[in-house]
Amino acid sequence: MQNGNVLTRDKIFQILNSIPDPEIPVVSIVELGMVKDVIISDKNNVVVQIMPTYTACPATWQIQSDIEKKLKEQNINGKVEIVYSPAWTTDRIQPEALKKLNNYGIAPPQNKITLIDLINGKYQIHCPRCNSTNTTLISPNGSTPCKALMKCNECKETFDYFKCHL
Amino acid sequence: MNFQDAFFKYLLILGDSSLILAQRLSEWTGHGPFLEEDLALTNVALDTLGHANVLLEYAGKVENKGRDQDKLAFFRNGREFFNVKLVELPNDDYANTIVRQVFMDAFRYHYFKALCESKDPTLSALAQKAYKEVNYHYRHSSWWIKRFGDGTEESHQRAQKALNNLWRFTGELFTPDESEKIMQEEGIAPDLEKIQYIWSEEMNNLMKEATLEIPQNVFMQTGGKQGIHTEYLDYILAEMQSLPRMYPDAKW
Repeated sequence: MQNGNVLTRDKIFQILNSIPDPEIPVVSIVELGMVKDVIISDKNNVVVQIMPTYTACPATWQIQSDIEKKLKEQNINGKVEIVYSPAWTTDRIQPEALKKLNNYGIAPPQNKITLIDLINGKYQIHCPRCNSTNTTLISPNGSTPCKALMKCNECKETFDYFKCHL
Repeated sequence: MNFQDAFFKYLLILGDSSLILAQRLSEWTGHGPFLEEDLALTNVALDTLGHANVLLEYAGKVENKGRDQDKLAFFRNGREFFNVKLVELPNDDYANTIVRQVFMDAFRYHYFKALCESKDPTLSALAQKAYKEVNYHYRHSSWWIKRFGDGTEESHQRAQKALNNLWRFTGELFTPDESEKIMQEEGIAPDLEKIQYIWSEEMNNLMKEATLEIPQNVFMQTGGKQGIHTEYLDYILAEMQSLPRMYPDAKW
């Protein structure tokens, strides 16, 4: 442990907040709401509970090794525990991160619009570039399982929509 | 069969059925009828592989002989796999793939939903995540069934042929083996009879809407849960396992 400082939950969260999501590097794993909790078992050992966005999210293993590496840099023995209950939902994404996603060009989850609403044509998604709602679904499954591919009929750009997962 | 053996076997039935279905579905990756559908089915395959990963990892822990999910997936032979036969059958055309998928999606949706109530916290947690994912799969395959059945003469005929061919493999889903019976008594596994009741009703309604006819008085195939498979399983395993068997300690 560093300079005799006492490990606190806040300190660990601060470290974790510097770890970007491997697939959406503008937001951290904390901002995405993937960290369920941090348990400090004794002065040098912590368990980080991670809620995967999808059971098969390929980024989970990357995140696991990123966390362990980052904590090791601070001389902390980190262990990652994958937890499935309660299930992660897009409601866990922090408001600040929703803005970051939008600025990055990914339309953030909005108005509880899920994959099923998209396919049923029941959606009004704001284009992250020009904010128009005159947008059309291209493919309900996009570049990653959590996103859909959309196109804006105003500015003619294609963009990803982060589907609501409720 | 003691509790530990039964639990291990039970997890293999669930895990192997997910793994082999995922492997079959992934054969369509890059070969789907059009790009969006290719992506959709590949996503279904990925989710299903995710479920297999969790289930087999847990099976390894329950067995407690140092085998992880990779050891279990890649270093067992056909007779040691306990998946239902339905998932190992070849994909054939898209109608056949989708008919098998709707059978499995409806089953897995109601199975995972019931498994949320399991006394085992690990299985209950997985089920709470998985049933939401399978809900999407189920919607997807249901749309296709209606499109095929109530589509053109050709699509209708192909879907009906697939239904006639695959129906006899559905009984096994609801035929519990010894381990499943023990797990049900322990409050860990759900009641297959209840699931069969809902499943049958939903399949009857869906096929009716799709103008397809479910074959009557069919002799149901079983054996997968006892490790007795069709000739197709070993070919899947040969392909799936070849690399880890050639390079047993290969790292990504």
